[in-house]
Parts: sequence; structure tokens; C-alpha cells
Amino acid sequence: MSNPPPVIEVTDLKKHFPIRKGLLRRLVGHVHAVDGVSFSIGQAETIAVVGESGCGKSTVGRTILRLIQPTAGTIKVNGTDITTLSRHEMRPYRRQMQIVFQDPFASLNPRMRADDIVGEPLMVHGIANKKERAEQVAELFVRVGLRPQQARNFPHEFSGGQRQRISIARALALNPKFIVADEPVSALDVSIQAQVLNLMVRLQRSEGLSYLFISHNLAVVEHIAHRVAVMYLGRIVEFADTADLFANPQHPYTEALLAAIPVPDPAMKRTRHIMQGDVPSPINPPLGCHFHPRCPIATERCRVEVPLLKPGADGRMVACHLR
Amino acid sequence: MSVTVPLDHNAELRRAGAFAHGFFGQARFLARRYPLGAAGAIILIFFILCGIFAEWVAPMDPLTTNAKYSLAAPSARNWMGADMMGRDEFSRIVHGARISLMVAISATGLGAIFGVSIGLASGYIGGWFDLVFQRVVDVLQSLPLLVMALVITAALGPSLENTIIAIALPLIPSVSRVIRSNTLSLREMPFVEAAQAAGMSEWRIAIRHVLPNTLAPLIVLATAQLGSTILTEASLSFLGLGVPEPHPSWGRMLSESAAEYVRTAPWLVIFPGLAISLIVFGTNLLGDAMRDLLDPRQRS
Repeated sequence: MSNPPPVIEVTDLKKHFPIRKGLLRRLVGHVHAVDGVSFSIGQAETIAVVGESGCGKSTVGRTILRLIQPTAGTIKVNGTDITTLSRHEMRPYRRQMQIVFQDPFASLNPRMRADDIVGEPLMVHGIANKKERAEQVAELFVRVGLRPQQARNFPHEFSGGQRQRISIARALALNPKFIVADEPVSALDVSIQAQVLNLMVRLQRSEGLSYLFISHNLAVVEHIAHRVAVMYLGRIVEFADTADLFANPQHPYTEALLAAIPVPDPAMKRTRHIMQGDVPSPINPPLGCHFHPRCPIATERCRVEVPLLKPGADGRMVACHLR
Repeated sequence: MSVTVPLDHNAELRRAGAFAHGFFGQARFLARRYPLGAAGAIILIFFILCGIFAEWVAPMDPLTTNAKYSLAAPSARNWMGADMMGRDEFSRIVHGARISLMVAISATGLGAIFGVSIGLASGYIGGWFDLVFQRVVDVLQSLPLLVMALVITAALGPSLENTIIAIALPLIPSVSRVIRSNTLSLREMPFVEAAQAAGMSEWRIAIRHVLPNTLAPLIVLATAQLGSTILTEASLSFLGLGVPEPHPSWGRMLSESAAEYVRTAPWLVIFPGLAISLIVFGTNLLGDAMRDLLDPRQRS
């Protein structure tokens, strides 16, 4: 028996948003939000996607769920290509993959009660009658650490952490295999962040869930991810096991990111690699390596030739001509 | 970043315990917080009750003529005097409240139903549909409410139903604009995306997730429009294009007597005029309070 196919397999995914201007909606360019991203996620595995704002990490997550149509590339779920399925054909696959959002205030409809929010996916897919649904919702509440007595409350009656638990319960309702977690703890207090992360880890162990964990917070990523993909301007620049990446970053961008993590020790002196300049515009990304204008070790070759994400030593992948 | 829409305007009030003690507790809390709005609500409720129970409130039949009391001054028998045909002015005003409010409420409701449908579809579907419908709305909006209503009644002929249609149609643009802009921002909210991720149909998302969140601004707008519809009805009737005889309409009562009897029997002008002013004043007070309560963004 061969190995089971990965839960999610993404090949050369691209998403270019057209920019139209003027009365005739003339096409004047594209935002290269995602520009050729490939990776796969195994069962019960967490892959983190990290990078600065606007590097396309959220777009990757939304495109995998087909909330945004990809421009090019393929998305496979358990070996089945879902890239071009119609709305109707997507329905069975929607049950296998769900999403948890960053903003715990905007991700819940303020006019609906908590149990209706959590039970809605069940209703959409016509699973269980009203009574069974109420039982399942109560069970989901317990699983994410909420009291079933709070089920009839409105979202504004919950705290930020509790709302995020409601979001997670809603995502779990259909028993998915895969969840896109789009900055799920960025809007929460640090103490609540740990609670929600631990809940996610616990659920991963009990349900065998796979996560695509999108974050800009490297400390959180180190805690939860098995592998990390570092994105810069729509491309993955480094992809490695979490421990390897944090111990020994290969790409100059990863180095700079790690150097920027605050260390809670005032006595500790570090060599600082402060990055120069801003992220270039994704409308006109730099030629060659996207990172070269800010890279401390860039050479002439980096200005013209795009570095490919190639496997280096010990199975890690780096997109750099020099490393 | 998504635009943050303050969706839950009442959260602060709820936390203050404003909604904790049942209907009368709530009413008392709101009345203390918005005394002018409460006054407006009382005026409006007073007229609505008058309209509903007109047969019991009015001492006489509003249509029975009596030549003996033609142009009678206010007295114990005719509290607000009598018109040229000896019909009791007070009874006619009470019955007129029914007509005025019926026209105002049904026209506002009709305008809201069409405005919401167009605004929701326009904002949610977007593209060509949005473009075409918004241009139609632009054309509707370019004509003043009264001119528009005049043209329609002139075309359809005066009747109660046509008056309602004529007043409702010019209301559609502003309602559809408000609903469309709200829909545009709500469409991008994560809870809408979550429903899409669950596989919900767009149609159901629009009804279940977008529509309920546009209700607060809709209520604000509808209350504000109520006052202007009453005025439009009165103006149309004043011009002889509104509700036809023999229904007592405040606007026509005013127009029939304004020219001829303003010197000889001023009560025939004063009392219908007072009724119109009072009810419009009441709806405007209520509308302002509603806006403060439900839609803090529009606070001036």
C-alpha cells in the first residue's frame, strides 16, 4: 500500500488581481498577490505561512478554500483536483476544509445567536434534524471549552477569546480534515492567545486535523507549527522544519525576520540585522529575486535571475542564489 | 485591511443594563435618555390611535352634511367648527389621521420593500446589474419628491392606491442607496466569507447575513421619510391630485378652505394645518432619536 496522498497539495499557485482604471475599466496592471507557490500538508500537520503584511499569505489560504479563484496552478484535496470545480461540485469538499479568521468581532454575525452560528454549517449541508443539531452544537461548545448554557447569547456577550472559540466550533461543525487559520490569535491578549493555541493543538491531536497557520508572529509559529514557509512578495523564499528554521535560517530574509523577534531579556545583546526600506509594490515587483533591493548580500545575479525554491541539505528548501 | 463597520450600535446600551428590565423598563430608560424622541413617539402614537379608533373618537360622522351648521365657529357642538357643508371639522381631522397615516405608512413600507430589494441586489451582485440599476436610481433621484409624485398621480389619476404608489416611488432611490452602500461593506465581512466557506448559496447569505445587518440604518431612514410622506400626501391633496373625495384628507381640507374662508372661518385652515405640523414634528423628533440610537455614525 502506498502512502496516502497529502491532505492538501498546492502546485504553482498564482493569484493576480487585475487593476482597472477609468471609465472603460481599462486593465492597467496586476497585483501579484501570490506568484507561484507550491507545498503540501500531511495529515495532522501544521504548516505555518509567515511574512510581512501584504506578502500574500492570507490570499494563499483563501485561494485554497476557493473563496478566491486562483489565476493559475492546482489545488488538490486528498489527491482530488478541486481547482476548477463549480460551486455545486465544491460542496462536498467544503465539508473537509474550513477557516478561522483573525478578527473575532467581524467573523461572527452580530445579529445571530452563538448556537445558530455554530450550527449553520450543519444546516447548510442538511446534516441532522433540529434536535440532533442542538445536541451536536452543545457538544461542539464543550469541545472548544464554552459552556452550552451560553448557546443562546449573542456574539457581543462573549469576550474576544470566547468568540474565537465560537469561530473554531463553527469550523469544526462539519468535521473537517483541514483548517485554514488566518491569524487566529493576532487580535487576542497574550494570555488568551496561549489558551486558543493550546485548544488548537489539542484538537489537532484528537481529530487528526491539519492546519495552514497564517501568522506574522514568529513566537506563536515556533510554538505550533511543524514546518514553516516564509513568504516574501507572493513567493516562498524558505521552507523548512520549524526547529531547523529557527536554529539556522538560510535565506537572508528569514534571518532578518528572526532577528526582529523581541527577546524578553534586556541584558541580552544581539547582532541586529535591521532591514532597509519597505516592501516593494506587488504591482511592479523587482526583477530577479524579489528581495534583492533590501538584501545585504545581493549580487548582480540576484538582480536579473529569479532564484528557484530548491531543496538544499537535510530536505529544507531555500530560494537564494547564494545559500 | 477590511473596513470596520460598527455593527452593534446597542452594545454599549446593553452593557449599561438598558435592556435588562423588560419592555416597560426599556421604554422608560430610552424615554429618559431621549426625551425629545419620546415626545415624538407619543405624538405619533396619539395620532395612530386616533386613526385606528376614529369611529369612537370622533363625535360625529365626518361625511354627514348639515346646512344649518355651515361654516359654524368652534363651539361645544363643533369643537373645531364646521366646514361649508356643515361637516364637523374635529371629526374630519380625526378621520383624516387615518388616511394620512395609512398613506404615509404604506408608501414608506412600499418604498422600503423595493428600495431594499434593489439596493441589496445591486450591492451584492455588482457588475452590470449594479451599474444599470444605479443609473435608473440616479434618474429617479434627479427629480424632486413632489414633482415626481405629481407626474405619477397626474398620469395614473387620483385614487388612494395611486397616491400611495406616487409617494412610494420617489422614496426608492434613497433607500436603495443606503442599503447598497451597507451591503458593499458587509459583503466583505469575514462572517460572510465563513458562510461561503461552509458552502452556503450567495442568495441565502444575502438574506441571512447581509440583510439583517442593514436594518438599523433602514429603520432610521424610514422614520425620517415618514414625515416627508405625510407632507407629500398633504401637498398632493392640496393640489387636488391626492386622496379624492369623500375621504377626509388634511391636505385637501386645507386647500378647500385656504382661499375662500381664511378670513371668514380661519379655524378651517388653522386646525388641519396644526394637525399636519404636529404629526410631521412628531415623526421628525422620533426620527432624530432613532438615528442617535441606532446609527451613531450619522450623528451631527
